[in-house]
Amino acid sequence: MRSIILRSATRYLFPIIILFSIFLLLRGHDEPGGGFIGGLLAATAFALYAIAYDVKSARAMLRADHITLIGVGLLLATGAGIISMLVGDPFLATQWVTLNVPGVADVKLGTPLLFDIGVYLVVVGVTLMLVFHLAEE
Amino acid sequence: MNVILVLPVLLPLVCASLMLVLWRKRRAQRILNLASMAGMTIGGFVLLVLIYCNGIAVLEMGGYAAPFGITFVADLLSAIMVTAASMMGLVVAIYSLTDIDVRREAFGYHPLLQLLLMGVCGAFLTGDMFNLYVFFEIMLMASFVLLTLGGERGQMEGAIKYVTLNLISSAMFLAGVGILYGMTGTLNMADLADKVTEIEGPLLTALSMLFLVAFGVKAAMFPLFFWLPASYHTPPPAVTAIFAALLTKVGVYSLLRVFTLIFVHDPGTIHMIILVAAGFGMVCGVLGAAAQNEFRRILAFHSVSQIGYMLMGLGLFTVLSRSDSEETRLIVQAALAGTIIFVVHHLIVKPNLFLISGVVERLGGTGRLKDLGGFYVSMPLLSGMFIISSMSLAGIPPLSGFWAKYVLVRASLGLEHWLIAAAALFTGLLTLFSMVKIWAAVFWAPPPEYPLLDEHERDQAKRGLQPMILPIVVLAALIVVFGFAAGPIFDVAMMAAAQLMDPSQYVDAVFPIDEAATLNAAVDGDTSP
Repeated sequence: MRSIILRSATRYLFPIIILFSIFLLLRGHDEPGGGFIGGLLAATAFALYAIAYDVKSARAMLRADHITLIGVGLLLATGAGIISMLVGDPFLATQWVTLNVPGVADVKLGTPLLFDIGVYLVVVGVTLMLVFHLAEE
Repeated sequence: MNVILVLPVLLPLVCASLMLVLWRKRRAQRILNLASMAGMTIGGFVLLVLIYCNGIAVLEMGGYAAPFGITFVADLLSAIMVTAASMMGLVVAIYSLTDIDVRREAFGYHPLLQLLLMGVCGAFLTGDMFNLYVFFEIMLMASFVLLTLGGERGQMEGAIKYVTLNLISSAMFLAGVGILYGMTGTLNMADLADKVTEIEGPLLTALSMLFLVAFGVKAAMFPLFFWLPASYHTPPPAVTAIFAALLTKVGVYSLLRVFTLIFVHDPGTIHMIILVAAGFGMVCGVLGAAAQNEFRRILAFHSVSQIGYMLMGLGLFTVLSRSDSEETRLIVQAALAGTIIFVVHHLIVKPNLFLISGVVERLGGTGRLKDLGGFYVSMPLLSGMFIISSMSLAGIPPLSGFWAKYVLVRASLGLEHWLIAAAALFTGLLTLFSMVKIWAAVFWAPPPEYPLLDEHERDQAKRGLQPMILPIVVLAALIVVFGFAAGPIFDVAMMAAAQLMDPSQYVDAVFPIDEAATLNAAVDGDTSP
């Protein structure tokens, strides 16, 4: 589709959608949101790009191969479980560290976030694999 | 213990993910595949030894206490199954080096094999009904793709039957899980073993039938086996071999687990149905095989009859009361041990026959018996391996199949189930007939007058055959060792059967302290076991 309106809109929408997806990812720990919904939203940003321009440039935008994304995502999610085994807890037990960012607050980081990032990447990879393949048909 | 219990699930998951990252590097994928399978096999043996020495092991995922979180439970049966499954994974991974073509490798054969193993081992280890369903699905998804990978016409036809029947069975399984949860409020198997006693008998029997059908389809039990002979001859032999080793076994394992731990209120009805299905399965499968004229189709039909033997031991199971004598208890225990021995025996022998059929099809260009011949002259080693495997399948002493059948038939005679004993012996005879038919047509007969492959193609096919022969020889050696070490193997199987006979061992392992303490610990958030 060649539409100037859509293309110009996409140029502004794309970063906003990606930012919002990351916001959802981080928010997901205590409130509605999370890796799955964040990943879906990020995938829609790339899908929108593919509609406004074409699949090739959307792929270029993504940089990584989607299969690599799925692999890395799975590794991160599994790694989140393995970390707890390294300290002697059962598989998937949550581990927390508190980072003191001066001037802001104490930031609590834990393995659930790592797990969620893994989910995020897997969802982006799988959704885009479907969308790109369908669009190229 | 913590690590070794999740290793059979974790290792294939990590390796499959790594393979996705290394998507275009075939060599790296092959090495990872072999390394992962070898690691799993070693881990499996360590697990087996640990369980043998220390008894049932339990791991609570994420540190959430038993009825709330997901529990992994490894008793002797689980450990045996995990070890055998990973060993077969390793063997098939070696065989695949030659058997699987570049195109299938490029579309993810190796990661799929890893995921299949992950699903299978997870199903063997989990102590939670819904988790069992999840691992079933992982296994099925991987097997769907492995079955259709390559996209040949015959494969599609087999896959449609396989996928449809298995999806129906999954739906029933899920419905059963839902109803069970609605009735008892728990899905932890050990917890269920306690709580199902609150449900009325007839209702529980109806519910158990849902599980019987669901697992029966996966195990290819008598009236539900149609997907098996329709699909096993279509994919590459390596895939058929791993399917024959694992897919039906997961169904049999689930039946064994559920119908010795949870649904034990009315063995007069439920286990009788299993026994009848086992008898019909044996005879139907072997008669079906007698009518076939293709190497792998004959073997596929035989799987149906072999499943009958495995279920026979479970069908002989009864819940014993105090009034039963020590002798009856021992016979029932021996019947379950017979099932376990038969599962392991079949897990080695049947894949080996499929692996042999793969070599024959590669060199002969077809699996049709009438177009094959002369393999005794051209491949004497392979012929020897076929004799060992097929005679073991038919139950000729002193090979593994003889002992497995001997224990089962002996137990059925002890419990005065004459009909099933007769069916088992009759089936053994007909199995021998089918095996001799293959022997006569493929190995003994003179080479076909018009071979399907010319000299040049044959030489081409012979290249790189060592990775295909090596696993066959290893498995054949295992069959012989199995036969001569029948005594110790029987002792281990009896131990595993004793654990199945006494569900309180399983329950006590999952709930080591009294329930109130567990509840408090869970509420406090301090849940380290």
